[in-house]
Amino acid sequence: MLLTITYTGTQTQNLGFLLHKRPDKIQQFSLNYGTAYVFYPEVSDQKTTAALLLEIDPLDLARGKLGSKEGGLFDYVNDRPYTCTSFMSTAISRVFGTAMSGRCDSHPELADTPLHLTACLSALKDNGDTELAEQLFAPLGYEVHTEREILDTVFPEWGMSPYMQLTITGTVKLSELLNHLYVLIPVFDKQKHYYIAEDEIQKLLTHGEGWLASHPCRDKIANRYFTAKRSYARKAIDILLAEEAVPESVSDTESDAEKEIHTPLNTLRMNTVLNAVLASGAANVIDLGCGECRLTSLLLNESQIKHVTACDVSVHELEKAAQKLHLDRMQPYRRNKLTLMQASLTYQDKRFENFDCACIIEVIEHIEPMRIPAFERVVFEFAKPRTVILTTPNREYNQNYQFMQENELRHGDHRFEWTREEFKKWTEHICEKFDYHCEISGIGETDENAGQPTQMGVFTRNG
Amino acid sequence: MDNYKIEIPEFCLVALVGATSSGKTSFAKKYFKSTEILSSDFFRGMVCDEESSQNASGDAFDVLYYIAQKRLKNGKLTVVDATNIQQSSRKQIIDLAKEQDVHTAAIVLNLPEDIIQERNKARPERNFPERVIRQHCRDVRRSIRNLKREGFRFVYVIHSLEQLENTEIIRTKLWNDKKSEHGPFDIIGDIHGCCEELELLLTKLGYQKENQVYTHPEGRKAAFLGDFCDRGNRNADVLRIVMDMVKSGNALAVPGNHDAKLLKYLKGKSVAMTHGIDKTIAELEEQGEAFKSETASFLDSLISHYVLDDGKLVIAHAGLKQEYIGRGSARVREFCLYGEVTGEFDSYGLPVRLDWAADYRGRATVVYGHIAGTEVKSLNGTHCIDTGCVFGGKLTAYRWPEKEIVSVDALQEYYTPVKPLDTQKNQNLGDLLTVGDFNKKMHLTTELFPAVNIHENNAAAALEIMSRFAADPHWLIYLPPTMSPCETSSLDNYLEHPLQAFEYYKTRRIKNIICEKKHMGSRAVLILCRNPETARKRFGITDNTRGIIYTRTGRRFFDKLEPETELLNRLDAVLLKSGFWEDFQTDWVCLDTELMPWSEKAQALIRSQYAPTGKAGEMSLSSAVQALTQLCQEHSISDTESEIRPEDLLARYQARQQDMQHYRKAYREYCWTVHSTDDFRIAPFHILACEGRAFSQETHLWHMEMIKKYITGTDPVFMETPYICIDTSDEASIRKGVDWWLSLTAAGGEGMVVKPEFYIAKQNGTLLQPAVKCRGAEYLRIIYGAEYLEPEHLKRLKKRSLSRKRALALKEFALGMESLSRFVKNEPLYKIHECTFGVLALESEPVDPRL
Repeated sequence: MLLTITYTGTQTQNLGFLLHKRPDKIQQFSLNYGTAYVFYPEVSDQKTTAALLLEIDPLDLARGKLGSKEGGLFDYVNDRPYTCTSFMSTAISRVFGTAMSGRCDSHPELADTPLHLTACLSALKDNGDTELAEQLFAPLGYEVHTEREILDTVFPEWGMSPYMQLTITGTVKLSELLNHLYVLIPVFDKQKHYYIAEDEIQKLLTHGEGWLASHPCRDKIANRYFTAKRSYARKAIDILLAEEAVPESVSDTESDAEKEIHTPLNTLRMNTVLNAVLASGAANVIDLGCGECRLTSLLLNESQIKHVTACDVSVHELEKAAQKLHLDRMQPYRRNKLTLMQASLTYQDKRFENFDCACIIEVIEHIEPMRIPAFERVVFEFAKPRTVILTTPNREYNQNYQFMQENELRHGDHRFEWTREEFKKWTEHICEKFDYHCEISGIGETDENAGQPTQMGVFTRNG
Repeated sequence: MDNYKIEIPEFCLVALVGATSSGKTSFAKKYFKSTEILSSDFFRGMVCDEESSQNASGDAFDVLYYIAQKRLKNGKLTVVDATNIQQSSRKQIIDLAKEQDVHTAAIVLNLPEDIIQERNKARPERNFPERVIRQHCRDVRRSIRNLKREGFRFVYVIHSLEQLENTEIIRTKLWNDKKSEHGPFDIIGDIHGCCEELELLLTKLGYQKENQVYTHPEGRKAAFLGDFCDRGNRNADVLRIVMDMVKSGNALAVPGNHDAKLLKYLKGKSVAMTHGIDKTIAELEEQGEAFKSETASFLDSLISHYVLDDGKLVIAHAGLKQEYIGRGSARVREFCLYGEVTGEFDSYGLPVRLDWAADYRGRATVVYGHIAGTEVKSLNGTHCIDTGCVFGGKLTAYRWPEKEIVSVDALQEYYTPVKPLDTQKNQNLGDLLTVGDFNKKMHLTTELFPAVNIHENNAAAALEIMSRFAADPHWLIYLPPTMSPCETSSLDNYLEHPLQAFEYYKTRRIKNIICEKKHMGSRAVLILCRNPETARKRFGITDNTRGIIYTRTGRRFFDKLEPETELLNRLDAVLLKSGFWEDFQTDWVCLDTELMPWSEKAQALIRSQYAPTGKAGEMSLSSAVQALTQLCQEHSISDTESEIRPEDLLARYQARQQDMQHYRKAYREYCWTVHSTDDFRIAPFHILACEGRAFSQETHLWHMEMIKKYITGTDPVFMETPYICIDTSDEASIRKGVDWWLSLTAAGGEGMVVKPEFYIAKQNGTLLQPAVKCRGAEYLRIIYGAEYLEPEHLKRLKKRSLSRKRALALKEFALGMESLSRFVKNEPLYKIHECTFGVLALESEPVDPRL
């Protein structure tokens, strides 16, 4: 990966002094994840270009010499060695550290002067977010230019490449340019290369001093910088806000419109289901497909509910749930009220028997269509609780989501989403086959034509 | 003096009864294995260090009974060595025996008090007061007369030292234990007085009447499942035949509920004249007292169930739960006669039965009757052969060990059933897997590999994959094993080279091997039935499809149904034309294939990982080369001063750029856009199985030739797999193999798979790798990265270990073969699923994915 910095003007050879790197030779720096070279492809009075060439050992990367505990960070086949990521930021601070701090003993006035500078980065991954570069650099006074090509010329149908070539030009101090690059390069890539520690916040604040607090995309930058740990992100934002004394944060934190819409809907859904459970008179409830136990934790707080069994097929989800519920320090009264277990909805399970009510919230759409008959039998023929509360998306409503393509489903793991008619037909089929009756309702805002985003069926066993 | 003989069943719960110091422990040690004895003293010591501490008795007995329960569950005779002089403590023993459905025996040591007092004094470490001993002895004497009433089936009392010295314990077989009888058997279902059909069936089975008794010239034995009478028109005649055959040793019989009722009547008790017994009684009354009393004593002598043929076969009228097999208790007898009911009644007024067969996981085949259906109902190794003869159905026999079904149709409907024989609805539902069989540590025994252990966490991962992604498990009769590469090559410029693959087999004394071209697609298993009816009957598929294409993880290959259906139809056309169905005498087939293009299944991976890496590499390296070129051209650097020469750096970046181009070429080879099914390519390489046969005994050459003969060559979608045969003892042949590989891989081919001549190869009884792959140098760029051939990279990459991968490959291969063989043998769904489930579980083991 390559960063070039070009200084145009007069006596531009002084760039060498500013960078503290001699223009007349290739200098080599060994970093703990590879090697950096600094050289000057072009040196003249009017124009001097310095190049930082960063070479990462792809094998070290893959084999885990760098980074995480579980073997390598990446597969052998990976774009990391070629694309500009936080590795580049680290290299900048390591190689141009003095320049970044704005120190230049031989030419202090030059270091303090805004110069006409151009920086060029090869292969920066913005995943097709074409406005991101402009959003990040334009507010800092740069002229932004990007170039993007097709992903693979042999297969034009695969679309455009997620990488672009970035050129920014502006009149800034060299130290400013370097700090801007240091902070903003990792913003493009959501994956940081080293373990995020608390002192990262300090780093961000140091390098963002004087400009980050007033950057219009401040929250977005902070959030993406700390992708793995939201709480650090929150802390950083709080510190930034304190510095600037702005009364409240504007919720520009999550560009994901989906999340914005889903969070309140999810809460609404949980409350609606909770009320339906309570209305059914149930004391013994099983949450089939509990995920992170959002519903279960609500149920545990109800005195009407004597016991909750929460199951999920994913052990990973259950571990997350146990963490969220603080299972390890739950006191006996609540702990005895809860059973957490791995279970599958396509295998008959004796442990599902003898419940008053089963909740199957946003689960059925994750089951392969050819397995639905098995699911039906497991729940309605063998477990057969008195009440079954089931929710699933209403496909018709998807038209109201701006971010969704036509025919797209709400989640990558959804195997299908039913229209209201399809859902109604299915409930009728269940009622007839397994001797239940069902009441259908909706959850969420009502659209005149498309109905509500979530559909809910409350099945009650006859007799 | 003759020995005092104590006869107890070889499997029962024995209570020793006697005062302290009466010599129970020495008695137990003399006659029982040390592991059979559970001594209260020992457990007192276990829980509190002091064998005599009476305070610890409560805890000690808790542990003692816990272990006793486990032993009985495992079918082991158990002796409780405690005083057992209180009725309350004996009740605990009786209760445990009932819970475990075993008989109890009490052996009482009722020695004269003075002897015991003397002994007690001789035990300084545990000296009880005289009055305690006296009280004990009194309790023992008082207990003796109550023991039978309390429920001890066998009671023996030893009154003197002399008797004690001369005691002999004889362990007798259980009445239901006929494991030493090997048949062959013809098990005959509920007759209900249908004498003519019985005669026809016996004749059809080859029995001949000799001196008025049916015998089989080949020494076969009939086994009657009870319900001989009621509802039919010749009940007494049926009894005559059955009794004569049993008496003469030509048949076995177990009682049915109707027989129990008849016996009740014959013993003079009143019974309700319902369900056809009135007719039987009328016939018996006509026959006279002699016949009646003969019948009564015959029915009274019947044992509830039999365990036959080394425990491989069990017969009982209403079937038998796994935990009841070989047990004797009122509860077991009750189950054998009536099965288990919920207590509710269905809309026809018939009792609602619990489906014990659905939960049955025993190794023994259970053949039973009791519930009339139109056809034999088989589930989990149980077969219900009551086919409702008296209701106008059939009278059916199940032949053992042939496992064949022989029936004769009823000549008429003798009795109208209250409810139509098993409703169609039930038949269509098929069987459902039970999670309890899979969410645990599993030990799988296979023919090829002694024991495959699946850890709990791997099972949990497999359960998730199966539940979220897999196709209907009824289709999953096989999952392909992982395949290890050959040993790492020591040659420069190669990570893998055929010499190592040949070497692997050569050093293991395999002379003939076959090399098959490795197609670069995705592994796909194809199952095709001739029609949906076969799919329903043979596979239990109820959605009216007739085949499937699934991936190595059991996931349906295509998200949409159309390509699958079209490809299967094309396969059917090919097989029809080539005469495959006729020649193989089958109406289904399972093929192991490679499906191309790779981009079809790996689309997401290619577009999110392979292609972007190529693009990023191209961009990044070309800008570096550009900058370095400019450096070399326009700007001179004095060589002396610089440690790094720009030309060298440029040359290295140009080489990297070249590597990247090769890499892009490599992955592009395996991608093409599919517009219609014409663009797919399927290369079958194993004919895995068809009806009655798995083809694991055939050579790979046979597979190749059969595929060529029956599948490839007509429809371009189905393509051949090029191969050559190599003799590992012949240098020229080996050279030929290397050249062949070089020619395959020069153009970027994935490489080849090297297999021993026979599908299953062993050396000194140890299973060998069924195949090792040898991948092309260019292809490996997709696996190890564009620049892996650079010497400094290759040197490090050569340090790789194959042992884990190879161990997995063997286990998965054994499981794959096992699941096919189980399916072909019509074993229950859960037995097949545990193998495929096992393969997935093993695949969740962390192993270097590049191998």
